[in-house]
Amino acid sequence: MGRFHRHDDGTEHEHEHGHAHEHEHGHGHGHGHSEEHDLGDMTSYETGTERISVLERIFDENDRAAAANRATFDSHGIRCVNLMSSPGAGKTTLLVHTLTHLRDTGHRAAVIEGDIETSIDADRLQGLGAQISLLNTGDGFGGECHLDAPMIAKALGKLDLDDLDLLLVENVGNLVCPAEFDVGAHASAMVYAITEGEEKPLKYPVMFRSVDAVVINKMDLLPHLDFNLDLFRTNLHQVNPDAAVFELSARTGEGLAGWHEWLIDAATH
Amino acid sequence: MHELSLCRSVFDIADRARNGRRVTAVHLQVGQLRQVVPDTLVYCWGLVTDDSPLAGSKLEIDHVPVVLDCADCSSRTTVAHSLVLVCAHCGGGSITLVSGEEFMVTSLDVEKEN
Repeated sequence: MGRFHRHDDGTEHEHEHGHAHEHEHGHGHGHGHSEEHDLGDMTSYETGTERISVLERIFDENDRAAAANRATFDSHGIRCVNLMSSPGAGKTTLLVHTLTHLRDTGHRAAVIEGDIETSIDADRLQGLGAQISLLNTGDGFGGECHLDAPMIAKALGKLDLDDLDLLLVENVGNLVCPAEFDVGAHASAMVYAITEGEEKPLKYPVMFRSVDAVVINKMDLLPHLDFNLDLFRTNLHQVNPDAAVFELSARTGEGLAGWHEWLIDAATH
Repeated sequence: MHELSLCRSVFDIADRARNGRRVTAVHLQVGQLRQVVPDTLVYCWGLVTDDSPLAGSKLEIDHVPVVLDCADCSSRTTVAHSLVLVCAHCGGGSITLVSGEEFMVTSLDVEKEN
């Protein structure tokens, strides 16, 4: 008969009755060492295993960093919006318009620009009155497919937080990974291009569910495509009935007003 | 796509929790809404644990189905096809997730101490 008990450190053991157990083991083991040298006489070694309860969420570390980022934003009166999309949906082109609009309406903006390699997007956003902090995830972050909260914390070091109202995080172009990582933003939005097909909300529901607003971009191409806008909106509604939706063209600049209104609203509430 | 960095997080959690003991298996709970590819996760686990105290340990994944509560018909249903998050009873979209977003290290199997 086994006896089940829980230790203060959360470990659980099942011991045979009468089995003497010495639980105290050193905590001073060096990192990177195998434990074999601690087992001593292998002749008395039993191959049985026991189960230790852990119950720790894998995103806890990121979520703690995200909460710290949010506290930093709040203490400086900054609002942060996380902007996501697939590659080529038009985030950077949209931001060129948006930064210009924010500058012209007296909102102090900054962009954390996430890209696996190159400063091409960051270069396009220079000279529009916004602070730009480039994060190349291929540079020291292992070529990550997303931005996470510790990366944002690092990028904040390059920004003057006392001269800032709205921080836009331009995430790495990817419809999967960025949706999983809280960066500490107050709101999130995605840019979707009508060239991507109507079924995307159903194929990437985690992304489409995670955002507060969806920009439907490249509307100027509608006459040239077999794109069913109603079907897309139905699919989007199925996974995210509450998202604010804006149809626009970042290329022509048509339809931007609603998006800018939403963004400034998000920036000031 | 981010399985490698997730494996690093799992490694950190398991390495802390093992308390210096040899680990034979790490048990995870992964909800179906989590966008991880189990085979990739297992592959990355091999890369992350190589030459470490956790080398040779297995990653055991317990999949958690998507369960929804429907505000319209008050049913609790399990979603067979996790892509479409509507009530399996009435088709309504006013749902609350009960499970499916889990992503947790639940336990470790460690070798018994003598």
